[in-house]
Amino acid sequence: MASNAIAIQPRVLGMGYYARIFAKEARYEFIRMLRTKAFSLSVIGMPVMFFLLFGVSNRSNGFGEYLVPSYSCMGVVSACLFGIGMAIALERAQGWLEVKQASPMPRILYLGAKVMGCAAFSIIIVGLLVLLGVTLGGVTVTPLQVLELSGVIVAGSVPFTAMALLVALLVPANSGPGIINLIYLPMSFASGFWMPVKYLPHWLLVIAPALPTYHLAQLALGTFGLAQPGGSMVRHWEILFGFTLLMLGAAWIIFTRMEAEA
Amino acid sequence: MTATAVIPGVGQTGGAAWPVPVPQMRTVAHLNEVTKRYGTVTALDRFSLELRAGEVVALLGPNGAGKTTAVRLLLGLIAPASGTARVLGRDPRDSDARTRIGAMLQISRVPEMLRVREHIDLFRSYYPQPLSAAEVVRLARLEGIEDKLFGKLSGGQKQRTLFALALCGNPDLLFLDEPTVGLDIESRRAMWEQIRALSAAGKTILLTTHYLEEADLLASRVMVINKGRMVCEGTPAKIRQRVSGKRIRCITRLDPAWLRTLPSVSQVEKDREAVVIQAEQAEPVVRELLNRDPELTGLEIASAGLEEAFLALTGEDKK
Repeated sequence: MASNAIAIQPRVLGMGYYARIFAKEARYEFIRMLRTKAFSLSVIGMPVMFFLLFGVSNRSNGFGEYLVPSYSCMGVVSACLFGIGMAIALERAQGWLEVKQASPMPRILYLGAKVMGCAAFSIIIVGLLVLLGVTLGGVTVTPLQVLELSGVIVAGSVPFTAMALLVALLVPANSGPGIINLIYLPMSFASGFWMPVKYLPHWLLVIAPALPTYHLAQLALGTFGLAQPGGSMVRHWEILFGFTLLMLGAAWIIFTRMEAEA
Repeated sequence: MTATAVIPGVGQTGGAAWPVPVPQMRTVAHLNEVTKRYGTVTALDRFSLELRAGEVVALLGPNGAGKTTAVRLLLGLIAPASGTARVLGRDPRDSDARTRIGAMLQISRVPEMLRVREHIDLFRSYYPQPLSAAEVVRLARLEGIEDKLFGKLSGGQKQRTLFALALCGNPDLLFLDEPTVGLDIESRRAMWEQIRALSAAGKTILLTTHYLEEADLLASRVMVINKGRMVCEGTPAKIRQRVSGKRIRCITRLDPAWLRTLPSVSQVEKDREAVVIQAEQAEPVVRELLNRDPELTGLEIASAGLEEAFLALTGEDKK
């Protein structure tokens, strides 16, 4: 067999080739997200709308300053869960993922493009919230704080991308949005995305530190000097790092098991 | 690109060993004794298949026969439980082994918010030596709808777009999984034309279908597959010969035992008040029937359909 078989020349595809694929993939992923109104309107629209409702009306008591970082967290977490988790679950169910896998494009670029798309959305959300905060919400921030917040939000997309991967593997596509909301909404409430955790019922306050979203919120609020007193930023990063490993590990185990069965 | 052409590596660094002229009928892909199970269902059972350069092979079989599983194995989308899959001398699980391969799969939906032009642009970027976008559009007959969002296309246009994506990399080897399923007659004929044109251009093509007619029209070799096993293999003419024959149904008082003695009759069955006769040639049988039974009614003659063909080929009709 080997003697009369056609073989392609073994060769190395250069970095340029992969960089070009990644650039195209990321660009079209962003376009796709933007044009999918159900996604773009809810992921960008929700924090913006809630800021206009609660941030602008509370301009005198400084609540707007709290809501800019907390709603930024809401933006990045929902972008990851819906933009990555839901999108992959759907594309898997529809068979589109297989068409992509049958091409020479490496899987990691597919995932990377989705992460880039979500990061872009997160930056847009931070930008819009800061803009609204400064113009309408009576918020005063330094450019450095905005930069720090953006950094936290983009870095924060990593653990929630990992969580989104697990969601994509576990959640059936047709009930996806419902299940994701069921996880995401209580989590965002209990983590202080909507109001400072100190105003939450005591039992929720006990649960909050067990949630990854809480630690992201603390890191984001920390850039504006609004974190819970006594919290350690390093500790929050460590917990998010651990959470990332946990999610990736679980996703990996499930994925390899599915691969073996497929 | 002819069957004797080289499968060039891209970005060759002038290695003396390449390019090597590849003689005709060399193996470009094969499955060797492959077994694949899904839970308790055996999708493929020690199944072997060989694709040679320049040929069009049709995998013909009913739903659930294992056709798609064979394609998925060759594309590296799944791994066999036992046996080997090789494509262009490589393990198909390696993503960079797929640079000379195109695939059209049966899928329910594609991201709908991208335009046809954008899908093509994206897929072209996956391949080191893509066809030009204009060429892809021309081959898949997408002129005039390049700027439509995928979600706004008709069924036939969607199918053609998927076909276009399979062509983006200028593949030497094409996998077409039921390329005409769900198409109307006109679109189906157009798709056949396109597949023929690709074959004429020297591409090696594996297509799956459950239409005997389609396999007959397009393939240089047909493999009939059922329940994960190869039933028979040969040129379309050879397959047609094996499944040819007519099905004669009529209401008659003639004795079934006597009917069985008529020339070329292979089988006689009671079907409520009528009898169903399987015969190689209908004319002599019918002539005899009408002569012997002037009161014969309800005469119907049909070609043996694929259903009968499979029954005949798998020998399940012998009760």
